[in-house]
Amino acid sequence: MNEYSRKMIKVSTTNLFREQDAGKPPVLDVRNLGIDFGGLTAVDGFEMTIGPTEISGLIGPNGAGKTTIFNLLTSVYQPTRGSILLQGIDTKGMTTSKVNKLGIARTFQNIRLFNDMTALDNVKVGMHNQIKCSFLASLLHLPSYYKSEKKANEKAMELLDFMGLADIADQKAGSLPYGVQRRLEICRALASNPAIILLDEPAAGMNPSETAELMHQIRRIRDTFQIAIFLIEHDMNLVMNVCEGIVVVNYGKIIAKGTPEEIKSDPAVIEAYLGRKNEVDA
Amino acid sequence: MKKLLSNKTTRTNTITYLVVTIAFLVMQILSSLGMLGSATKGYLVPLCAYIVMAVSLNLLVGVCGELSLGHAGFMGIGAFTGIVVAAVLKNVIAGDVLRLIIAMFAGGIMAGCFGFLIGIPALRLRGDYLAIVTLAFGEILKNVIGNLYIGLDSEGLQVAFSAGSVELLEGGKMLLDGPVGATGIEKISSFPMGFVLILFTLFVVLNLINSKEGRAIKAVRDNRIAAESVGINVTAFRMKAFVVSAFLAGMAGVLFGLNISSLQASKFNFNTSINILVFVVLGGMGNILGSVISATVLYILPEAMRGLDDLRMILYAVVLIIVMLCTWSPGVKNFMDRIRTSIRAKLRKNGKEAVNNE
Repeated sequence: MNEYSRKMIKVSTTNLFREQDAGKPPVLDVRNLGIDFGGLTAVDGFEMTIGPTEISGLIGPNGAGKTTIFNLLTSVYQPTRGSILLQGIDTKGMTTSKVNKLGIARTFQNIRLFNDMTALDNVKVGMHNQIKCSFLASLLHLPSYYKSEKKANEKAMELLDFMGLADIADQKAGSLPYGVQRRLEICRALASNPAIILLDEPAAGMNPSETAELMHQIRRIRDTFQIAIFLIEHDMNLVMNVCEGIVVVNYGKIIAKGTPEEIKSDPAVIEAYLGRKNEVDA
Repeated sequence: MKKLLSNKTTRTNTITYLVVTIAFLVMQILSSLGMLGSATKGYLVPLCAYIVMAVSLNLLVGVCGELSLGHAGFMGIGAFTGIVVAAVLKNVIAGDVLRLIIAMFAGGIMAGCFGFLIGIPALRLRGDYLAIVTLAFGEILKNVIGNLYIGLDSEGLQVAFSAGSVELLEGGKMLLDGPVGATGIEKISSFPMGFVLILFTLFVVLNLINSKEGRAIKAVRDNRIAAESVGINVTAFRMKAFVVSAFLAGMAGVLFGLNISSLQASKFNFNTSINILVFVVLGGMGNILGSVISATVLYILPEAMRGLDDLRMILYAVVLIIVMLCTWSPGVKNFMDRIRTSIRAKLRKNGKEAVNNE
């Protein structure tokens, strides 16, 4: 993989499920979303819809409010204005854990794994709400406990295997290399059986070959689980190759929306990233 | 058996059960051979109670990561509930063992209920703030019990908050007399029952840690935000750990209370809470066997040094500091590790030489 050149790998962006998804309601429908912190408006008028198997990207300069939008979508913050419909249900006032049960899972920009637990246990924590075992059965280790635990182990190993992490299942999450931790976080998010998964800078800190692998994995996740993916990323190669739709934000507001081709040539986007031409001249 | 021991957690758990069982058998044998003095025998049941307290607090402090300074309060609730229940059931249930078990569960449930009630406001807080609030609740519980008057006569139980309000018929008995506490308690606790309670506690706590509930509790400790993001209701799991911990502390209280002839609420003060916390910290956060061992050593140590009078508490403090340095200071830890590896290397070398000589 050392001879890998960025231009060599081109992931197809055709969505095989687009036709069968036509007519289905969007998994995420955000309307006029906004949040103020004191007098500061961090996000304003954010709108977008994401179809059931769509891969979308959210880009923008540092401090544009991208992670704040993720925090709003997962109810870490409650919006000041607007509404979020997740699978048609308004998430207003819900806790993060409840929103997760409705089908949204995420990863974090600064990795948040359970460092003292093994990789396998991290994934099993992700499966928490899928494991059917009562409190009493857990306390007394009744037969149903062993049954549910065996099932959980199998499912968790399957997921780890899917992300190519099967051989590190017994290692402490905190001791794993950075790129592996990022993939484990995706694995944990997948374990909660979401309808949409939010990836906050999944390629940050990865080397080019790892990033190339990640691109394929992102598409494989969509193709295998048939879920929607919404990602923040600064690696434009990844965003342009993987995403079907892209939203660009700056200073908390949407400045452009469209396909990768449209975004690449959008003057507002170029301005946000590089500055205005006459300013450079002057 | 080989398969059983291949799993690391199963192995650690098995070792924990084995150590406790062997220690119990040794003490039982020594006791039946008459090699234990009556003073030593008297320490056995309180020791069991303190071990249970340490293990239950470790669930809260080590596994859940919440600092509680009011654990003795729950022990007190359990103790006095147990005393009342045991007295009420005296004429109903003949067997002491059955009566003790019922009293233990009653004490546990009562402490668990109070744990739940206190948890509702207290668990909105975290870290140092939770520690302060639990400290306050521990003192409140102690003082409420210290002002409680409970009498028992042929017509039933009478409960009041002032001494004059309890008017007993002839043959009635004050079970709990405010600040004077409970007197004339019938001793139905025994060392074997203490051992059974320790096994029960280990069973509950170790099972809990190795289940989905335990994983969720540990996840909340390691990273609250991430735990929420995968659908774990953080408050619910902190509450579960808090209630289970209070429940076990209540049971330990019953064992403790039904072992002495008179008991005052002031026994369950801040000092007791801190002592138990010291057992947990020195034994290692989240290390269950560590809690058992450190509770044993640190409970026996001051008692064994009674002959030294004034020097006793100074030596106790010195031991605490040394243990703390050995387990927590990185410098000393590295030094100990080096010694350990060199000893191991030497042993291996000797072993090889021995084989070669043959």
